[in-house]
Amino acid sequence: MTEAGYNFGYLDENTKRMIRRALLQAVALPGYQVPFGSREMPLPYGWGTGGIQVTASIIGADDTLKVIDQGADDTTNAVSIRRFFNRVTGVATTDRTAEATIIQTRHRVPEMTLREGQVLVYQVPMPEPLFRLEPRVAETKRMHALADYGLMHVKLYEDIARHGAVTTSYNYPVLVNRRYLMSPSPIPAFDNPKLDRMPALQLFGAGREKRIYAVPPYTEVKSLDFEDHPFKPARADAACVICGSRASYLDELIVDDGGKRHFVCSDTDYCASRPPLQEAAE
Amino acid sequence: MSALMRASGLQLHFGKVAALDDVALEIHPGEVVAIVGESGSGKTTLLRVLAGMMAPQQGRVLYDGQDVHAMGEAARRGLMRSDWGFVHQNPRDGLRLRVSAGGNVGERLMAAGARHYGNIRAEATEWLKRVEIDPARIDDMPQTFSGGMQQRLQIARTLVTRPRLVFMDEPTGGLDVSVQARLLDLIRALVAELGLAVLIVTHDIAAARLLAHRMLVMRHGQVVEQGLTDRVLDDPQHPYTQLLVSSVLAA
Ligand SMILES: Nc1ncnc2c1ncn2[C@@H]1O[C@H](COP(=O)(O)OP(=O)(O)OP(=O)(O)O)[C@@H](O)[C@H]1O
Ligand SMILES: [Mg+2]
Ligand SMILES: [Zn+2]
Repeated sequence: MTEAGYNFGYLDENTKRMIRRALLQAVALPGYQVPFGSREMPLPYGWGTGGIQVTASIIGADDTLKVIDQGADDTTNAVSIRRFFNRVTGVATTDRTAEATIIQTRHRVPEMTLREGQVLVYQVPMPEPLFRLEPRVAETKRMHALADYGLMHVKLYEDIARHGAVTTSYNYPVLVNRRYLMSPSPIPAFDNPKLDRMPALQLFGAGREKRIYAVPPYTEVKSLDFEDHPFKPARADAACVICGSRASYLDELIVDDGGKRHFVCSDTDYCASRPPLQEAAE
Repeated sequence: MSALMRASGLQLHFGKVAALDDVALEIHPGEVVAIVGESGSGKTTLLRVLAGMMAPQQGRVLYDGQDVHAMGEAARRGLMRSDWGFVHQNPRDGLRLRVSAGGNVGERLMAAGARHYGNIRAEATEWLKRVEIDPARIDDMPQTFSGGMQQRLQIARTLVTRPRLVFMDEPTGGLDVSVQARLLDLIRALVAELGLAVLIVTHDIAAARLLAHRMLVMRHGQVVEQGLTDRVLDDPQHPYTQLLVSSVLAA
């Protein structure tokens, strides 16, 4: 049940319609940033207000919601967003990626391959992939309009010239549907390949910057690179100490005062769904 | 030979100031045309209007038969990236100061679709050599370069995609006299080698004589005289040109 005094999903119906119109435009123009009238939310900017507004506009009574922060369902941020939606919609929530119809995320893409019918909602702090290179907003708009993205390659060139490789390991820029340059939000570059031709719908909401963008199912998403320096998704060369995975993205934990380090899966649901190491060793 | 660029009837007034007053000109493939005239006579304005960076109030600019101001921004930017180049008086306006020398030279290649790092780097190295910058400095920032080197870097960055038409606005202004002479020699050699058409604005009559096949003399927004460089300088017809030439001879 929804708590009394709230409209379903917290936002009023007009606001939801406005955001849905922006979402439709975003889906029609993959990777293009659509401006929208971002509303005040009962959480401060930086807490995923863009993603929350997107989720609030698409969620229905029979949806099942999963919320992750850095891959985990149990962080303060994830818990408070999940509780918020539970309060204002009454929908079922889950930790299981497979059971969710909507997954709101900050900084990760689930390890499990998503399927048709699921929606992945990203919380985006800065939607403009060119903003560090070109501070003038009017100029970045012009660059998008004309697909004039040489400058982004200059940045990659500079990385290779100086460090021997592209040093961007988060928020690695992608070209969507061979047309728009897009920021995938601060996910690790390791996750970038998952965006490519994903069967699920991907929606991106930036609350402070008032932008929405989208990648429809099965759309090409290509990480920028050079022919002789192809994009390489990096991952710590280690296994998860809990499930032994050598395929998932790992978080590093310092486990004692001596600085001893362990690696564990960043995606807690993925890790929990695998047989623990002792059993696997039997 | 048909003109590469043809402008006619250009008018542009800033309030009461006529920056361009019925200006017409033609430039042919491979031709170097100098624009001289006193400060405020409209030289920079003319260059900007011809390059599509500013619209005239009247008149037309045709490039390869296409109207530069009617073609739309995407097409114009396309030209700016491929067929044209613009060398600014102040290299800071034409360079990316937070990008290495190699990145500055490579930018136009990448904008044109080059996606092979090794080739881009090889081409940048080659161009640094051509403009007499030590290729060992390929990863250095332009801020660490002298004014003359910055200007040569800007030229390399502009010419790397082999444009057909290059606009230069006082490329040697603000440099020491000895540095100016060396830069002019370099420009002359590159222009001849690449067969570029160049429209160069200069205060310097001697530079015009060295570089240009033809020259235009501007005053108060009007072209008061134009013709082959030697003819204009040896036998100036307009009183203003006569004054300009005699002041250089006197100096
Ligand atoms: N944006 C502008 N707004 C108002 N007046 C302008 C503008 N740009 C140029 N002018 C005026 O138009 C006239 C021509 O200027 P322009 O810069 O083209 O001269 P110039 O020949 O390049 O001079 P200089 O040799 O000093 O560079 C001048 O009187 C100038 O003050
Ligand atoms: Mg000027
Ligand atoms: Zn694990």
